[in-house]
Amino acid sequence: MNHQRRFENIALTCITLVAGIIWIFPLYWAFVTSIRSEDRVVSEAAGLLPDEFNISSYVDAMFNTSLIDWYINSIGTSLIITLVVLVTGMMCAYALSQMQFPGRRLLYGIVLASFMVPAQALVVPQFVLMNDLGLINKWGGIILPQLVVPVVIIVYKQFFDAVPKEMKEAVVLDGGGDYTLLFRVYLPLNWGITTALGIITFIMSWNAFLWPFLVITTEEMMTIPVGITQVNDAFGVAYARIMSVALLAAAPVVIAYLIFQKKVTEAVMISSGVKG
Amino acid sequence: MAMIRNKARHRLVAVSLILPYVAIFALVFAYPVIEVVRMSFTNAPLIGGGEWIGLGNYIRLFSDKLFYTSVVNNGYFVLLTVIPTTVIALAIALAVNRLSGRMQALVLVMFFTPYVLPVSVVTQIWAWMLDFQFGILQPVIEFFTGKPVPVFKNPNWVMPTVATVTIWWTNGFNVLLFLAGLRNIPTELYEAAALDGATRRQLFWRITWPLLWPVTALVLTLQLILQLKIFDQIYLLSQGGPFNSSYVLLLMVYREAFQLNHGGYAAAISLVLFLLIVVISVLQFQILRIGGKGK
Repeated sequence: MNHQRRFENIALTCITLVAGIIWIFPLYWAFVTSIRSEDRVVSEAAGLLPDEFNISSYVDAMFNTSLIDWYINSIGTSLIITLVVLVTGMMCAYALSQMQFPGRRLLYGIVLASFMVPAQALVVPQFVLMNDLGLINKWGGIILPQLVVPVVIIVYKQFFDAVPKEMKEAVVLDGGGDYTLLFRVYLPLNWGITTALGIITFIMSWNAFLWPFLVITTEEMMTIPVGITQVNDAFGVAYARIMSVALLAAAPVVIAYLIFQKKVTEAVMISSGVKG
Repeated sequence: MAMIRNKARHRLVAVSLILPYVAIFALVFAYPVIEVVRMSFTNAPLIGGGEWIGLGNYIRLFSDKLFYTSVVNNGYFVLLTVIPTTVIALAIALAVNRLSGRMQALVLVMFFTPYVLPVSVVTQIWAWMLDFQFGILQPVIEFFTGKPVPVFKNPNWVMPTVATVTIWWTNGFNVLLFLAGLRNIPTELYEAAALDGATRRQLFWRITWPLLWPVTALVLTLQLILQLKIFDQIYLLSQGGPFNSSYVLLLMVYREAFQLNHGGYAAAISLVLFLLIVVISVLQFQILRIGGKGK
């Protein structure tokens, strides 16, 4: 019995590991392709293992596409979106959690309801609005519609609700107002959740495709996910270069994920409500 | 008097705290919600005013063959993704949950990394792997079917292939939710049951499955909503083809609004998609809740 359990455990672990390797194989294969020469990529003799270390397609990707522009646009817009979403979200959540004002319940109801509305259903009027504001093909146009992330408010409110009241009293006795409370007490107490929400918001806006795709009209204004789709047209069938561009495009989020693994997994769990 | 002044001040501070979010929300969310409804009753082009045509767009929509094709394809895609991804994610989560320490972290990275990739990176990689001439998966396809298949140009293959790519891409998210759910189950339950001589199978069906049900219901609901909104992968891999066999509602919105310049008609389709998502997800949530109570 004990022997059998042990054998079963080892077998299960091996199966899991093999499944994981199969799951990650497409990324491995993209990497192997990216460091081969274009001739090697389509040759019959090329095997599964990396047999060449040729970075020419990376050099090509960096200097013969607008990749640098796309990086700048993606980093700039994603950072602004993350910052604004966090600051406006925590302020609104603090008021909802700690203050009394008319319409408080209504506002929270609207926040919860807006969570249900698929943003994709709003692209037509949002595009018209951005056109009226003169923001088509501008950073502002990319950013504005991505600033409404109700789940950030919902999560912050939960965490602010859980802060013990005694923490508040000390500051109030010292004559501190609500802004002091928010930025000196509630925010520092919740740095963990703030970084988690920040990372997930950043990844989401970095990866956003549909909206930037609609609102951008010229190549040098594109974000990474939209820009790299242009590479096929520019290179034709040139898979080593296409894979190099794809991996360069994915690198920042993958690296961010690998560094902040714990935070990312925590953020996903908390923002979907299975862990609080 | 001081009390009243304090109260007014308190309210003013509260307003200043909610104002930034509320202002942005009103401009880029609430106003578009109203506009999408209004536009759906007009014959407006994408940019520029139109005339009120009442239910014209809806009448046209319900006699548009492409609309029914899209609805059916949306349904087919949901069928191909929602339950399969839930089952696969649960299996992976159970497998990962057994492991510990570095081994667990490593395996989790393998399954979760695809989720953080931009969609176009995912489609580029899979388009290469499935390339008709040079794709590394074509020998595998050939093994099963006897010949290589141009998967994105074949009406029978296109949706299952896009579904597979989608599951590969988004499955890590579901794995995490299941893992969180599994960690919330007290280990004492398993220990007690094991002492009573319960088998693995019994442990799963008597403890894990019923206690995990709320998470399973959540995953099913989130996936249903997500997969009904399919656009990116289809646009990038097959553009709705071949012969409209992967045409879906959001692609129809895009074509009508941004290529054919039918703003009003596209707004009507958006609204129908929105209502469809709300009705189906509420319905599903109710069914799942009842399903959960039966246990």
